[in-house]
Amino acid sequence: MMDYVWLIPLFPLIGFLVNGLLGKSLPKGVVGTIGSLAVGASFLVTVAIFFEFLKLPADVKAVEKTVFTWIAAGPFKAEAAFLIDPLSLIMMLVVSGVSTLIHIYSIGYMWDEEGFYRYFSYLNLFVFAMLILVSANNFLLMFVGWEGVGLCSYLLIGYWFEKQSASDAAKKAFVVNRIGDFGFLLGIFLIFWTFNTINFREVFAQAAANYQAGSFVITAITLCLFLGATGKSAQLPLYTWLPDAMEGPTPVSALIHAATMVTAGVYMVARCSTLYVLAPVSLTVVAAVGALTAIFAATIGLAQFDIKRVLAYSTVSQLGYMFLACGVGAFTSGIFHLMTHAFFKALLFLGSGSVIHGMHGQQDMRHMGHLKPYMPITYWTFFLATLAIAGIFPFAGFFSKDEILFHSLISGHYVFWGIATVGAFITAFYMFRAVFMTFHGEARFDHHHVHPHESPPLMTIPLMVLALLSVVGGFVGFPIIEGANKFKEFLAPAITPLVHEIHAPVWFEITMMIFSMAVAASGIFLAYKMYIKQPELPEKVTEKFPSAYDVVYNKYYVDEIYDAAVVEPIKQGSDFLWHGVDEKVVDGAVNGSAGVIAWLSGHLRKLETGFVQNYALAILLGAVLIAGYLLGR
Amino acid sequence: MQILFFILAAVALISGVLVVFQTHPLRSALWLIVNFFAVAGIYLLAQAEFIAAIQVIVYAGAIMVLFLFVIMLLNLRQPEAQPAMPFFGQKLGGIILAGFTAVILVYGFTQAKLPPAREMAPGLGNTESIARSLFTDYLLPFEVTSVLLLVAIVGAVVLAKTRLK
Amino acid sequence: MAVPLSYYLALSITLFALGAVGVIIRRNALVVLMCIEMMLNSVNLAFIGFADYYKAVDGQMFVFFVLTVAAAEVAVGLALVVAIFRNRATVYVDDLNILKW
Repeated sequence: MMDYVWLIPLFPLIGFLVNGLLGKSLPKGVVGTIGSLAVGASFLVTVAIFFEFLKLPADVKAVEKTVFTWIAAGPFKAEAAFLIDPLSLIMMLVVSGVSTLIHIYSIGYMWDEEGFYRYFSYLNLFVFAMLILVSANNFLLMFVGWEGVGLCSYLLIGYWFEKQSASDAAKKAFVVNRIGDFGFLLGIFLIFWTFNTINFREVFAQAAANYQAGSFVITAITLCLFLGATGKSAQLPLYTWLPDAMEGPTPVSALIHAATMVTAGVYMVARCSTLYVLAPVSLTVVAAVGALTAIFAATIGLAQFDIKRVLAYSTVSQLGYMFLACGVGAFTSGIFHLMTHAFFKALLFLGSGSVIHGMHGQQDMRHMGHLKPYMPITYWTFFLATLAIAGIFPFAGFFSKDEILFHSLISGHYVFWGIATVGAFITAFYMFRAVFMTFHGEARFDHHHVHPHESPPLMTIPLMVLALLSVVGGFVGFPIIEGANKFKEFLAPAITPLVHEIHAPVWFEITMMIFSMAVAASGIFLAYKMYIKQPELPEKVTEKFPSAYDVVYNKYYVDEIYDAAVVEPIKQGSDFLWHGVDEKVVDGAVNGSAGVIAWLSGHLRKLETGFVQNYALAILLGAVLIAGYLLGR
Repeated sequence: MQILFFILAAVALISGVLVVFQTHPLRSALWLIVNFFAVAGIYLLAQAEFIAAIQVIVYAGAIMVLFLFVIMLLNLRQPEAQPAMPFFGQKLGGIILAGFTAVILVYGFTQAKLPPAREMAPGLGNTESIARSLFTDYLLPFEVTSVLLLVAIVGAVVLAKTRLK
Repeated sequence: MAVPLSYYLALSITLFALGAVGVIIRRNALVVLMCIEMMLNSVNLAFIGFADYYKAVDGQMFVFFVLTVAAAEVAVGLALVVAIFRNRATVYVDDLNILKW
């Protein structure tokens, strides 16, 4: 079965082509089924390969399968080849599995849309690109997938492209991503220049053998690659596209901006763990950016009223946690959180989509409330996901988040641990704020015009599956008990650890677990107090700190700052280049040369007098000159 | 011998000047005939008897007669006042340039190293030698020339034909 | 005593220059044609001079052909002048100046 690993991206590609070319004339049910089956087939193949991989002998860490050689130019060689190892298997399972559920959900959610087939073809193309990204065995192929997911993100965010805000958001996403991609490309160039190869295994083997920790070139490479990761995974300073990306359909937000595309950066950092452990400076940068992003986005999230915005900032924040984990050297914890986050964040987005669907397009939480009786399945699944994200035992998020906090503490990064803990408090707070505002309390919508209802089974069944995963998904990484952390065991061969395992005493670990639970619980309690018990409390807090509230509500004015500091100067520069250079210099040169020739010919034409004798004189003159030359030699 | 040459040369030169500077074209034509005769005389001095005869018959006898026919046909009067030419100094420039031509050519020919003269080939008279050469070495040009003449005839007829109504 | 070559050439060159002057100066097309004939004649003279100098008959052959060509050219040229005269009622080359800028 491993020889057929190329089937995994092939199925969604076929789905893309069939739906894209023929979808317009096919009935909607067929289109949706083709899309979902394509991804489902990929998932099944991945599962088969996963079990086959488990059966391999213990010393085989990875298997490479080449399909064809793409570029072979002198020393530069890029193959279209797959790397099957624990890390890529986990990513492929997550991507294909969650995608299948979201495809099924989308059939119900997007049923009334005109461009139904377009949506599904783009979604399949996205899954194709993402699978290429996570299964590539060299940097260039990974970059192909990287760009592909960026493209599909643009296409899907701008799905309702007739809406100005949607097409603007799509452009913003693409452009900001591009800035990150520039860093990524620089990183690839540096890698090739340093190692003369771009194949993962060769690069990492060379790096481990020939370079010391703290090497300058490795630091440069890792920082460049990390720049790409900040763009794709929406970290500071390139996160601004993600909240705007909520203009796209909600399943798109669930798949791309929660579970898969934004995790590409984390995957990339984890894949290059060998390089990152050789560059402590980069690791610190990664951890710092991750921690700061985590808390920064969390603070913005607690002042937003659009339910999707809250979830968007939550995604940015949780991605910060993943990077923090990688930054302190706990790469497996980062990937673990990636997996659990995929489950509960996708569930949260799909649940919010269910709410929006049931409220006929309403997204503002101030116009919701008391929806629990109307949509019970949505409520319970959403509630379970929120418990998971808040980090309550025994849900999935608890294990992964706790592991991150624990590792950052015991590796000595106390400041980061502090920031992350505060962030966890805020996370629990604003998530439960969202739950209470949406489902509990008073109904703040007009009963006569709005009739909320539960979503059809096509939408609720994926919710339930994801809820199940959010509940039990964490158990594969059970800490403390020896041998219970199956996740870590499985993943370890693919990751280079920073230092050897630091073993803390068991009582310490349990104490920390209880402490994080307490933090989360206090956040929940505060949300309960402010939004259920005393609903007038948020108003009072807002009035007491008006300027602080303004800043947070307006996302710290980051977009405006970028506009003034970056976009405007670039626009003015372009204007100058347009009028000053292109029009004056380039056009001037072209028109000027034509003008010179016109002037010249204007004078030369006077030679054509029409009088024969003038011509005779000219002939004689020429003859004299030639004769003189010939005779004078 | 040389005296004869100088006399003939003087006649040729004077008649040439008169050809150029006479006002009436008829007079130019007549002075040109004189010029041709003088040159034919010089040919005789250069032992080109046949060519001299041909010169008189063809040039003076046929070509100039044709000229005279056309002059009379067109019934030309004296030329009128000449309008200004757009290219100022055409006339002056022409004269100067012609003079310059002469100078250049003279310079060239005097400086040129010519192979030495040869002796007279024995036996051959002028006409016989020309004939011998014409029909052996120069046969092709000879035949081509006849075609050329045919073309000229046709062309002249076509061009000068009056349009039939 | 034979006439030295340089005399022939000097005369030839002079006649040629005179003919050139005539071509450039005169307005009457017929006179221009006549001056052209004079130029051809002067070239003939040079050829004969060379033929005499080298005692070779090739020079005279050339004259033969030049003569023939000149005859043909005069015929066509005069036919042209007649045609133009019929069209434009002028023989002055100055008046034929519309083929200009």
